[in-house]
Amino acid sequence: MALIQAENIRKDYQTGEVSVHALKAVSFEIEPASFVSFVGPSGSGKTTLLNLIGCLDRPTGGRLTVADTDTIALDRKQSAAFRGNTIGFIFQDFNLIPVLTVYENIEYPLLMVQNTPAEERKTRVAALLKAVGMSEQKDKYPDQISGGQKQRVAVARALVTNPKLVLADEPTANLDHGTAYMVINLMKKMRDEFKTTFIFSTHDQKIVGEAEIIYSLEDGELKDRQVQGGNNNG
Amino acid sequence: MGNLFKIAVRNLLRYKRRTLLTASLITIGVVFVLVFMSVSGSFKNMMIGQITDSMLGHVQVHHRGYVASIENLPLNLNLKADAVQRVEAVLHDRTDIAAWSPRIKFGGMFSNFAETTNIRLNGVIPEKEFATVPLLSSRIIEGGKDLKRGGILIPELLAKGMKVKVGDVVVIVATNKDGSVNGKQFKVGGILQSVTGPGGRDGYIHFDDAVEVLRMEGPEVSEFAIRLKKFDGLHGFTAALEARLAQELNKEGKPIFEVHTWEQLSPFYNVARMIDVMTFFIKLMLIAIVLISITNVMIMAVYERIREIGTIAAIGTLPGTILSMFVIEGFCLGIVGAVIGNIVGIAVVSFINLSRITFNFGMQQGLVLQATTKPADLFIISATVIVVSVIASLQPAFKASRMEPIEALRHV
Repeated sequence: MALIQAENIRKDYQTGEVSVHALKAVSFEIEPASFVSFVGPSGSGKTTLLNLIGCLDRPTGGRLTVADTDTIALDRKQSAAFRGNTIGFIFQDFNLIPVLTVYENIEYPLLMVQNTPAEERKTRVAALLKAVGMSEQKDKYPDQISGGQKQRVAVARALVTNPKLVLADEPTANLDHGTAYMVINLMKKMRDEFKTTFIFSTHDQKIVGEAEIIYSLEDGELKDRQVQGGNNNG
Repeated sequence: MGNLFKIAVRNLLRYKRRTLLTASLITIGVVFVLVFMSVSGSFKNMMIGQITDSMLGHVQVHHRGYVASIENLPLNLNLKADAVQRVEAVLHDRTDIAAWSPRIKFGGMFSNFAETTNIRLNGVIPEKEFATVPLLSSRIIEGGKDLKRGGILIPELLAKGMKVKVGDVVVIVATNKDGSVNGKQFKVGGILQSVTGPGGRDGYIHFDDAVEVLRMEGPEVSEFAIRLKKFDGLHGFTAALEARLAQELNKEGKPIFEVHTWEQLSPFYNVARMIDVMTFFIKLMLIAIVLISITNVMIMAVYERIREIGTIAAIGTLPGTILSMFVIEGFCLGIVGAVIGNIVGIAVVSFINLSRITFNFGMQQGLVLQATTKPADLFIISATVIVVSVIASLQPAFKASRMEPIEALRHV
């Protein structure tokens, strides 16, 4: 059974009297434990699509099911709870909470969203810190670590709740190539280790090559689907 | 909840200067209100204490209609023996009374054999009077601290004006209720410091001497002054006493007695009320300061952290948790302002007391200001600041909790 099923999803924005069709009847399915990339130029609809999958926004039309849940039917509070339990997010600007340490940032979803018991939190955070190689920096604040380290923390934070799906919108846009590869490889390693589905958007052709399934978007339409070597579940 | 506090405190420390300024503003407001309440409250209590403990007592019982004519000191409205017994029986039964004193009040002529002037006199039973108005003995600035038969305590201004000293013999002439005049010699036993308020310039003689001067056939009483064990129970006591005495009717079936608190007998009650009104407005100012400063700082906090709000909302933080985060920040600011304000306020009040600032109240000179801070005041001020801080945070916090994560994440 597919983790994500999108049928003819559309997204229109109204800017003044002009209606912008950000997504035009997009349909696809993504299997669990996939490593998927949406590529395309700016304005192609990558971020819009990720926002819809992540229940941060609602489609104007169509049907979207994520982890057997009709996400369009969720209200505001249900959406928040669904995201907290099912989806992890990695942002382009890392979006770590500046007043929390590396450890606390990773712990945040367990503590403030899932209300996980202390012992379990400790174990899971420690495992993730080790997995992303940030154990030594666990007591540092975000402004005391590098961009690459921040994104590793963000990856750990996204994975700490054992989500079924991690969405990463341009996760390497603010990183140099070396660090970008390292972060993508880390995500891949995490997919292998935790069997989590990773979907990321990018317009960096070198990074795209790391994905196993590549969806190409152009002007809000799905133009192509490429399957590359490796773990191909798509 | 502890984690919400941790995040709130760290966010406050993140903008140290702004937090310091806001907390300082609240602190200044709290200190101002606390010092004002302490000083004005102490002044008010001192003033009430002077009035009730020097002259009036806490409550008075008169014949019905007496107070309306009190300026004339009408002898025909004195309580007769039967009425006196009834009042005394009622007062005896009350356990909340510390002391009570029957008084005969009358106007007369005061002569030093060279000059004559008018005087208002109280005929009192000394031990009862001194127990009911304990500051009376401290008002005796010359002479013995008691009142014997044949002796008279005269007000300071009268003594100066008539050039009378302790030990001098004077004559009191008074008209009784039948219109006949009688006189009696008295030896000046003491000079009384004048105090502001009704009865503050009255003289005192022994109750039996008053009966003799006025040629009363039996002891009559113009008023009963009552001192309560607990001043805070004034209104409850008065209501109960009124209800009890209302059962005592004359032959026409009308109530014989009327009961008044010091508030109804002294114009200084209005001054006390004015102080209360001023205190109320000062508290309103504090509320305005806290409301505006906290609302302002929380609006800023929400505006500056829109992307953070978007992030935590995106990763699944419920709107209620986001609301709590910001409300707790306001709450913490209120706590800090209230605690520091209370500490500084108590220090300022202590400094005022150590400085022994003096002031004049009516005829009384050089009264030392003794400001006191009641725990109840500290609690009320702190609770007000904290509650207003939470209320002030609600709107920005609600706005933060209602933000669409996608919009918040796009914010630059």
